[in-house]
Amino acid sequence: MNLLDIRNLSIELISNEQNILAVDKVSLSMKEGEVRGLVGESGSGKSLLAQAIVAVLDDKWHVHADRFHWRGIDLLRLSMPERKAILSRDIAMIFQEPMACLDPTTTVGEQLAEAIDSSQLSGFFWQKQQQRRAAVIKLLHKVGIKNHSACIKSYPHQLTEALCQRVMIAIALARRPILLIADEPTAAMENTNQGQIFRLLSSLNQLKNMAILLISHDLENITHWTNTITVMYSGQFVEAGTTEQIFSKAMHPYTQALVDSSPMANQHLPAKSRLMTLPGSIPILQHLPIGCRLGPRCPRAQQDCVKAPSVSNFHGHKVSCHFPLLPSPKAKKSKLQKTKSQKSHKPSRVPND
Amino acid sequence: MTELLKVQALTKSYQHKGYWLNRKQITVLDSVSFTIEAHKTLAIIGETGSGKSTLARLLVGAEAASSGNIYLNGQELKSGSYKHRCQHIRMIFQDSGTTLNPSLTIQQLLDEPLKLNTPFSEKKRTELIRITLQKVGLLGDHMNFYPHMFSGGQKQRISLARAIILQPQVIILDEALASLDPSLRSQMINLLLDLQQQMGLAYILISHNLGIIRHFSDEIMVLSQGKVVERGNTQEIMTKPQHKTTQKLMLNQNFQLRVKNRYKS
Repeated sequence: MNLLDIRNLSIELISNEQNILAVDKVSLSMKEGEVRGLVGESGSGKSLLAQAIVAVLDDKWHVHADRFHWRGIDLLRLSMPERKAILSRDIAMIFQEPMACLDPTTTVGEQLAEAIDSSQLSGFFWQKQQQRRAAVIKLLHKVGIKNHSACIKSYPHQLTEALCQRVMIAIALARRPILLIADEPTAAMENTNQGQIFRLLSSLNQLKNMAILLISHDLENITHWTNTITVMYSGQFVEAGTTEQIFSKAMHPYTQALVDSSPMANQHLPAKSRLMTLPGSIPILQHLPIGCRLGPRCPRAQQDCVKAPSVSNFHGHKVSCHFPLLPSPKAKKSKLQKTKSQKSHKPSRVPND
Repeated sequence: MTELLKVQALTKSYQHKGYWLNRKQITVLDSVSFTIEAHKTLAIIGETGSGKSTLARLLVGAEAASSGNIYLNGQELKSGSYKHRCQHIRMIFQDSGTTLNPSLTIQQLLDEPLKLNTPFSEKKRTELIRITLQKVGLLGDHMNFYPHMFSGGQKQRISLARAIILQPQVIILDEALASLDPSLRSQMINLLLDLQQQMGLAYILISHNLGIIRHFSDEIMVLSQGKVVERGNTQEIMTKPQHKTTQKLMLNQNFQLRVKNRYKS
């Protein structure tokens, strides 16, 4: 059974002049214990989608969906307080810029203690203070902070960014969530710290079987950590599949362009050569193209692209494009022959290397 | 090839404020020396607090060095000589959204360095602004727009236009590519490489993204706690890092790549 099953979710910004469709019919499903990456450039509505899942969007935004199931419960039928009770129990979220998200006026220890639900503590009221403190220390140990006494006493500005992010994760873990939504957890962090945070998240995923929705604007950063990836562009669903499918057999021209434009993925390119790019820039919300929103930038665009494409499914690899990059049967054959010939060549090639 | 920019034993230290006997000196940069040639890119990597940004600020003259010399084309740059320096060494910052004055049009923004540094007439200046905007892939008519009318990638192009309008020889990119979206970032890299070929610019690239560094730079300098711990050809350092700091930085990049290599093969 799917943990989270969203079908055709749209988010509309209600304004006086004109309603803007910021997220247009996006589907997302997650299994238990899965790490799913949600990739999109700025303005693709990935953060909005995450906020819609945890229901923290205000009245200006109008959310509607064909289906919105959480562990088999139809959330659309529940009233808002009921929905929020379920969501806050099971889903936790961490944000980018951890230093800005923590309260600068209270110590880290107090903020952590606040997050711990009193129903988790047993015993009489005079024991609770101590239990709470023990729980805080346990949480800090869980996220790999060994020097807990110093950390509890310090204010957010006294900690480094990576430590702050760990504290944020600790706060998120306080209610033992089933799904953790990480909205760009490593934006503006350097490589060593990025690695630490990602390793922490993946160990939590493996030890506690916690599902993680990893949101990022950069495809190349997260491919190592995800099982499946959903790509969005300008509020529209682009492509979803396993990491391998997305990375090595991308069907949508946009995903292909993302992979091609990353210098890290194209190590075979000679240094200082030109990188593949899409022309133009990301459309702003007020002037969205009709139909497929990639249309004006797409190298494969044709007349049909003024209509929004429907999602087609190739063995679990979903793509929303009129003209997906399908491996043609001929190419497949030649590819197979190639791999075969490569295999036969391999033993002779290895000593050369 | 002759060296364009030469930095010798550049040191920066701050006095820690405190009581008379308790004063401490913090050395942020400890005798850093390097040279750059035209058409080349030097990448500077290091952890936070290793002095990368301080080095950039010293080079453009935003701060005075405690000791050491900077030579441009064999001529020494003193801490007061901004006129000469700001024509030849320009800088692009990380967040172009906040480094452009929102109350000025693009024409006024680009006019400022010209007015201060060149004797050109108004007509000539406008013509130059038009040419420069076209060079970075914008239209000449964009000069009447205000910064908020542009997207993030276009703003970064305007920052670049402001940097190249005085025909500089060295451009410092302080995390200039970090905040851009991937598809715009590769556009920007292509643009920077084109300009380097056309104008013979030397770049000093400060970045965390080793993929970009591998693609973009000729030499790498690794800083750790204000000291240069490793320096050399990009390919050599990427494949055989010698120092512990470098190895640590490379390691974190490598495990991100492992998946891809597996899929590629």
